[in-house]
Amino acid sequence: MQSQLPFVPEQASNFAPQVDALMAFISAVCFFFAVVITIAIIYFFFQYRRKEPHAVGAQLHGDSRLETLWIVIPLILAMTMFSWGAVVYVDYRRAPADTLDIYVIAKQWMWKAQQPNGIREIDELHVPVNRNVRLILASEDVIHNFYVPAFRVKMDVVPGRYNTMWFRPTKTGRYHFFCSQYCGTSHAVMGGWVTVMEAAEYGTWLSGSTGGESNPVLAGEKLFAERACISCHIANGTGRAPSLNGVYGAQVLLADGSKVTADDAYIRESILQPSAKIVAGYQPLMPSFQGQLTEEQILALTAYIKSLQSQPVPAKGAGIAPPAGKK
Amino acid sequence: MSEGLVLPVAKQPHEHYLNATYGIRSWLLTTDHKRIALLYLASVTFFFFIGGFFATLIRIHLLTPAGALVSPETYNKLFTMHGVAMIFFFLIPSIPAVLGNFLIPLMIGAKDLAFPKLNLLSWYIYLVGGAFVLYSFSTGGLDTGWTFYTPLSSIYSNSAVTPAVLGIFINGFSSILTGLNFVVTIHTMRAPGMTWFRLPLFVWAHYATSLIMILGTPVLAITLLLVGLERMLHLGFFNPALGGDPILFQHLFWFYSHPAVYIMVLPAMGVVSEIIPALARKPIFGYSFIAGSSIAIAVIGFLVWAHHMFVTGESTYAALAFSFLSYLVAIPSAVKVFNWTSTLYKGAISWDTPMIYALGFIGLFLIGGLTGLFLACLGIVIHVHDTYFVVAHFHYIMVGGAVMGYVGGLHFWWPKITGKMYPEAISRLAAIILFVGFNLTFFPQFILGYLGMPRRYHSYPPEFQVLNVLSTAGASILALGYLLPMAYLIWSMRYGEAAGPNPWPATGLEWQTDSPPPTENFHVTPVVTWEPYDFKSRPDLGLAAGAQPLAPAHGDD
Repeated sequence: MQSQLPFVPEQASNFAPQVDALMAFISAVCFFFAVVITIAIIYFFFQYRRKEPHAVGAQLHGDSRLETLWIVIPLILAMTMFSWGAVVYVDYRRAPADTLDIYVIAKQWMWKAQQPNGIREIDELHVPVNRNVRLILASEDVIHNFYVPAFRVKMDVVPGRYNTMWFRPTKTGRYHFFCSQYCGTSHAVMGGWVTVMEAAEYGTWLSGSTGGESNPVLAGEKLFAERACISCHIANGTGRAPSLNGVYGAQVLLADGSKVTADDAYIRESILQPSAKIVAGYQPLMPSFQGQLTEEQILALTAYIKSLQSQPVPAKGAGIAPPAGKK
Repeated sequence: MSEGLVLPVAKQPHEHYLNATYGIRSWLLTTDHKRIALLYLASVTFFFFIGGFFATLIRIHLLTPAGALVSPETYNKLFTMHGVAMIFFFLIPSIPAVLGNFLIPLMIGAKDLAFPKLNLLSWYIYLVGGAFVLYSFSTGGLDTGWTFYTPLSSIYSNSAVTPAVLGIFINGFSSILTGLNFVVTIHTMRAPGMTWFRLPLFVWAHYATSLIMILGTPVLAITLLLVGLERMLHLGFFNPALGGDPILFQHLFWFYSHPAVYIMVLPAMGVVSEIIPALARKPIFGYSFIAGSSIAIAVIGFLVWAHHMFVTGESTYAALAFSFLSYLVAIPSAVKVFNWTSTLYKGAISWDTPMIYALGFIGLFLIGGLTGLFLACLGIVIHVHDTYFVVAHFHYIMVGGAVMGYVGGLHFWWPKITGKMYPEAISRLAAIILFVGFNLTFFPQFILGYLGMPRRYHSYPPEFQVLNVLSTAGASILALGYLLPMAYLIWSMRYGEAAGPNPWPATGLEWQTDSPPPTENFHVTPVVTWEPYDFKSRPDLGLAAGAQPLAPAHGDD
């Protein structure tokens, strides 16, 4: 983060300057009142220190003019804050008509984005600069929240409904996005990067990536869900079967104490004859998929498992030794 | 007292509520509000240290970006159990059930609360609720966040959610009974002459608090029961897969849990409203405005709950209404701060420890309250919602505010409760340590939040490390600020100087009786003929204003 002030994140969307200006205004008002009251208290504390043990203070019971004053003035200031904040919020909640729509699906604990032409990304989001972008947010399980500090906007992702949010990136670069609604074990690592690109560059990126169902990674991912692999191979390692995040190419510890490298052959065998090699700490529960998958489908599943390299490696995937070079 | 005031100590009372009877039975079966207050004191202190232990582990863990101490699962349990222990079992009962229980009958000139047996029952209910929650903590823990958001809590969490929600459900009845007891007592048991506008502001604050407890707690209790039913019987209240609405949970939860913040802070405001006039020896400035603002906070506080939900996708119009109302509820708090400050003007201000705590309360509550203006602002909350900015804000209110008030109140009434003075020098030092440590711990979190660090993160990007280390360093000072009073207050119970009935001297009825008070509170029923916080027409206090011979500490017994 290369911001000018150490306590303000980079400004990279149309909302960032608005939110920061509002912040500056409320900070100034609050700072004024905090200073006035603090100085008054400190001054009184020293000025009116009890000097004589039997002393009593002046008999002042109140002043209704003062009370009126310090009800009315704060009320006016509060209503100013309310109105200004409302203007920004209404703008944020009412997306313009000409948005570029991107679907974002949240699930424990990853983000999937689907670009208008069908290209999908995991824990990444590419958007063009100076273009109104609308995210259509859906959750597959619990409530998540899509939050980009550099854009100053966030929105809950609620299961059972679509929420939308919009912004106009104003500066190219890569910015953190976070899940900011607590969603379970790996909440803190459920994030990624928004890449803001020049419009032309974004166009090239879109056409350069392979999209649609022909992409083996995506086809494999679909199968992984359809065949219910996902219900046991849960990404964070809490499922009945080991997490497959980062498993490709890693050393796997088996129940008999030996180790095996998780290569294409190992994965293929584990799908077709699951009881051949049992990962340490797990029960032989997985049914055989022998005769139920075509080679292409197995390749697709493998490609998908291979693609899981990009995701965070779970801290406690029992039985899976972390791949070399990763923590 | 450090200033050598000649105290009107008549004689050390032979019998008082502490030595009237002995034995464990006499405590566990007592219906004396003062003894029940001490039972609560012990039990809320126990939960404070449980919650504090979890907080310590959290702060150590966050020293490094990857997390220094525990696994993600454990971290999530730590912050959840920290919140549940602190909020439901320490903060909510702390001032009402300890100081309120002890003081309300004394302050209004009554022998006890209206329903002494219900009072004892509410302590046992608290214990049963606490036992369920401790069971949850020790059998798998709880990892839903203290907010129990669905469907995470009702469907997805693998932790011990059911015993925890049952524990909080049960504990709710303790809160309801305490509130009910206070309301009835204040209505029906005031001494002759103790009119509504002669009530100490502490009593007004507790009256407002009790209204919230009675009206709000049932909503929380039933909501958490629904979560438990959804988990156990797979009913679809909040689960979208069964047609439920997860956002409905948040409406119900915050309908109680936002007013609950006022359950925590209103009594602390009551404490400060007693300490400041007593130690500045001045009538409180704007009595009726402070009393009225407590009621205004309790009423408007019920109408702001959905400001916790501005980014859930709730309707824009709802958001506008709730933001507007949230700004309105700020005004009565501001009125209180202005009035406390004005009370100091031309006072005879003592620098005794309770005053340091009261002023510390104002400072921290000021920051906590003012930062609430940012969070009520729709245009800012779309950035800072669910970040450390929120964490800092509510700790300023609930720890900075409520706990400063609680500890300050313990010092102020310690001579009444135990008959002994706390040691003055170290107490002042502890108050300053607490204030400094608190700011060092939580102020950096405002900046962290604005920079975009979400809350409830067991690991974080490295750019947030410096501020996290600062916060942890501050927390170690803060911890000292809590341990010191714990140690010297216990020490003073045995070795403290005898306090006498009215060491400050202060104007309230509770100071008209012995320290510690007799079991029946007053030897004769007091009759109130003076206005609250009036030092001028109180010759019995032995102050400069009324140069008349000292009255005996209590009636002609």
